[in-house]
Amino acid sequence: MRAEVALKGRSFINALDFSPQEYEALFALAEEVRARPRDFAESCVGKLLATLFFEPSTRTRLSFEAAMLRLGGKVLTVADPQTSSVAKGESLADTIRTVAAYADLIVIRHPKEGAAQLAAMYSEVPVINAGDGAREHPTQTLTDLYTIRTLKGRLSELNVAVCGDLRYGRTVHSLLRALTRYPGMRFFLISPQELRIPDPLRDELLAKGSVFEEMEQMEEALPYADVLYMTRVQKERFFNEEDYLRLRDFYILTTDRLKLLKEDAIIMHPLPRVTEIAYGVDADPRAVYFQQARFGMYVRMALILSVLGVV
Amino acid sequence: MLRVDPIQEGIVLDHIRAGMGLRIFQELGLGEKNLTVALLMNVPSTKLGRKDMIKITGVLDLDLTKLGLLDPGITVNYIAGGKVVRKVKPGLPERVIGLIRCRNPRCITATESYVTPEFILVSPETKEYACSFCGERVRV
Repeated sequence: MRAEVALKGRSFINALDFSPQEYEALFALAEEVRARPRDFAESCVGKLLATLFFEPSTRTRLSFEAAMLRLGGKVLTVADPQTSSVAKGESLADTIRTVAAYADLIVIRHPKEGAAQLAAMYSEVPVINAGDGAREHPTQTLTDLYTIRTLKGRLSELNVAVCGDLRYGRTVHSLLRALTRYPGMRFFLISPQELRIPDPLRDELLAKGSVFEEMEQMEEALPYADVLYMTRVQKERFFNEEDYLRLRDFYILTTDRLKLLKEDAIIMHPLPRVTEIAYGVDADPRAVYFQQARFGMYVRMALILSVLGVV
Repeated sequence: MLRVDPIQEGIVLDHIRAGMGLRIFQELGLGEKNLTVALLMNVPSTKLGRKDMIKITGVLDLDLTKLGLLDPGITVNYIAGGKVVRKVKPGLPERVIGLIRCRNPRCITATESYVTPEFILVSPETKEYACSFCGERVRV
């Protein structure tokens, strides 16, 4: 079944809203778009995407906007909430109902957890969550899985090492939940004590029979990893500057440490990076994070096509 | 021993955890309804040791979700013609709408006050619920 049949009119709020089969359909469509972009250059003519970003973002917003423009659609954007009616005290529900009257699809990023779900409740058009506080960022998960599937050739029987802020990093939580649905996955969860995965997530992974080890030293995992997923310690998630600075430089992937990594491993990062990957690593063929960003655009194109039910 | 006559038509809330009777009486607003109500506290019980009971004469539409949340062990006996015609054990509700507020300051329900909070039961053993907006867990 093509993705657009199953996903037409649906919102994408949590990474697990879509089944592995629906992910697969999106990946297949993303492959078509990547291989023959011209065939899709006019697929969304006459369609309007609204991007509402209540929290700073560059790459995610540009990725969605680039995706829509490459499909021939147009984009309305509120990049700075200080200039919008929200600054006058309008409720999110009213903002969404108004924007839904103008656009065919809404992409929202908001600092509050659950904001995208609330938006979907009040919207007459599909809503895509582009990040709601520390909770979810499902299109990053879509990007990550598409990258792994494309570059490793499969989404099964893989050792995935995830390194950095595993406590507040929403991309990591969604990634682990989504990968747990595939067979033979083994996780190495590398973080300082303070930034280990939250207890409810650990319980959830255990309940689903997930195989994982938690560790502090990245050297323990590097020789076994097929995928090394680095994350940034996010300053905006900390109340205390001192804690942030202490933990920020806990893990830095250097060219020296790369020697421990398998020849055919891939190094991923949701970007932006701060200090966690040395610039010298960028030239290594295993570093795929900029390719990952490009894949993110293709998979968002597939998502837009599917929820709009065009093609 | 104190005796309260059996009722002919109404509801008996049985197996209330000792000490919870007054809270349930208040939460159900039984003091404001024009019904004959008996609240029995610390009644000897073979099952619980001590229990509270509430006997209500007359017709009343009970909020079983709220009752289950307040005391999942409770038994609701519906009485007609002096006999128990229906017995319900509400237990912990799977979904609670509007009765619990989310304490997470980062939750959207903290700022958008028109939103009705909704919680989903995630662990009956620990009586834990998760906010369906932000995932924050609370124990009831």
